[in-house]
Amino acid sequence: MSLHTIVLVKQVPDTSNISGDVMRPDGTVNRARLPAIFNPEDQEALELALRLKDKHGGKVTALTMGPPNAANMLRECLYMGADRAILVSDRRFAAADTLATSYALHKAVHRIGDYDLIFGGRQAIDGDTAQVGPQTAEKLGIPQITYTLEVQELNLKKKTVRAKRAIKNGYEILESPLPVLLTVTKDAAEPRPFDVRRLCTYKRAQSRFEIEATVDDSHDLVWMDELMEKIKADDLLIETWNIEDIEADVQWCGLAGSPTKVHKVENVILSGAEFKKVPATTEGLNDMITDLMQDHIFG
Amino acid sequence: MNTKLKDLVWVFAEQTDGVLADVSLELLHKARTLAEKMNSQVSAVLLGDNVEGLSKVLFAHGADNVYLLDNSELKDFRSMPYANLITNLVEEKRPRVVLFGATHIGRDIAPRVASHTRSGLTADCTELKIKTLTIRKVEHEDLLLQIRPAFGGNIIATIISPDVEIQMATIREGVMEMGEPDSSRRGTITPVKVELDPVETAVKIIEKHQEASSVNLKGAPIIVAGGYGADTPEKFQLVKDLARVLGAEVAGSRAAVDAGLIDSERQVGQTGTTVRPKLYIAIGISGAIQHRAGMQESQKIIAINSDAEAPIFQVAHYGIHGDLTDVIPKLIAAYKSQLH
Repeated sequence: MSLHTIVLVKQVPDTSNISGDVMRPDGTVNRARLPAIFNPEDQEALELALRLKDKHGGKVTALTMGPPNAANMLRECLYMGADRAILVSDRRFAAADTLATSYALHKAVHRIGDYDLIFGGRQAIDGDTAQVGPQTAEKLGIPQITYTLEVQELNLKKKTVRAKRAIKNGYEILESPLPVLLTVTKDAAEPRPFDVRRLCTYKRAQSRFEIEATVDDSHDLVWMDELMEKIKADDLLIETWNIEDIEADVQWCGLAGSPTKVHKVENVILSGAEFKKVPATTEGLNDMITDLMQDHIFG
Repeated sequence: MNTKLKDLVWVFAEQTDGVLADVSLELLHKARTLAEKMNSQVSAVLLGDNVEGLSKVLFAHGADNVYLLDNSELKDFRSMPYANLITNLVEEKRPRVVLFGATHIGRDIAPRVASHTRSGLTADCTELKIKTLTIRKVEHEDLLLQIRPAFGGNIIATIISPDVEIQMATIREGVMEMGEPDSSRRGTITPVKVELDPVETAVKIIEKHQEASSVNLKGAPIIVAGGYGADTPEKFQLVKDLARVLGAEVAGSRAAVDAGLIDSERQVGQTGTTVRPKLYIAIGISGAIQHRAGMQESQKIIAINSDAEAPIFQVAHYGIHGDLTDVIPKLIAAYKSQLH
């Protein structure tokens, strides 16, 4: 049996580097101003999958749902060693919450077909929900191992995997039958650098959107189809799937398929404690300590 | 149990080795205030092996009813059996609100339950309210307002699930206050039949290693925390020195944890521990909302920061604008001089 691993990846706005001009005056976020990055834990998930491939052979498929520019992250997956990259993208997926996202992802996994393992990051830094992994596992009807620290043993004959998982103040080692979905915590596996040869090859990899953007009026659709075929034959196609391609039901996608809605967003209002400015002098600090001692905070 | 009350508000009662998680008890107190608005009782959902005795603790903290799923297969937590059994019960009884602790266990199963029941689920809420809202001329009763920082903590979002019946949320330990238990409170135990398919119990626990936590941030009266401004081991040592002199616990912001200056067990904030000490000293912590969410209920807050505009000053009671390498030694000296 040849091992097939699917890795769920997400391109996220880099929320760790929010600077002044990202926040609008009304307190909302201008997403367009944030750089888009490969969600860090998803990158570690890909690394774990690639390590299993190094050891057992087989194939790794990177799967994302996102806007057309998520192709940038998929190319990075190819540079690292993924064999196949799939972009699930359609305007009708917009504003999906975790439930609608996992619905679309599980339909895409069905289209991919047979698999042994699915990896994903524990959570994405733009929402920190950690919900898409378990929800996708539930929809696929397979077990899950969340908070994975380490994959210890993959037995392709018995079709089982052993993984170490973080629990409160410790860890546990679970053995699960395949297929199983594992979500990977931070620091599980340092992602490998891009492979230079792969980079040279796959920087030319293109999604359907990118190919379409190169077509102008002077070309006809036949020319476009031939171009797609050629890119595919060269193994440089980032497969691009829409709602119909994954046979998803529109009512469970995007905003319509999302039970949670944002009711309102507010600027953060600080509680405004009684504030004393303390000079950074021995005298000022002495006064503060006296205050605190009188309030029985110290001693 | 008052039989006239509806059964709309549930709390997942998380237990490990027969000990209930604090967060579950905290949630029961919150659930009481939500349930009163909905004219509902509070039910706890308890899974385990030989755990019936825990019911009286759940009653004391606010449960009126305990759904008891007791079976040897449920001795240790495993995703599938736990999630599937809760799913079945939710589908049968159709509560409107189900709350889980945002723990390694709650965050593992809540998404599975929500996925199967197509419920709305919001992670890591910092506040919950019940309200009736009119949206596009349609009145929605008993909506759960799920309030949480969003987008890297730069905004506070209120999430609702108006079009579905079942509304779920996870909440971190320490965010809701645990009220006093009332041991005179009584309730009913509703045993639930546990039937599991071998497929559901196929994942086996090979080994489990768990230590009692050596860190008790939640119980510490004084906490000294360092952040990005204390970004070298030398600077962070000053934070630790101050803590030692004050007899305080050392903590850090996410930036300090990410920089490897302090163990993640000691992280204060939305993704760490929520604390309410008598005194919280924030050193070199700018005060992003995720951090403030974990400490702003402290009785007194001292902020030491070289950036006069840092938001931490807006929640602090005492603000010291200065370089920590200058301020901390002076503060230590001043404290020592007053002790003598």
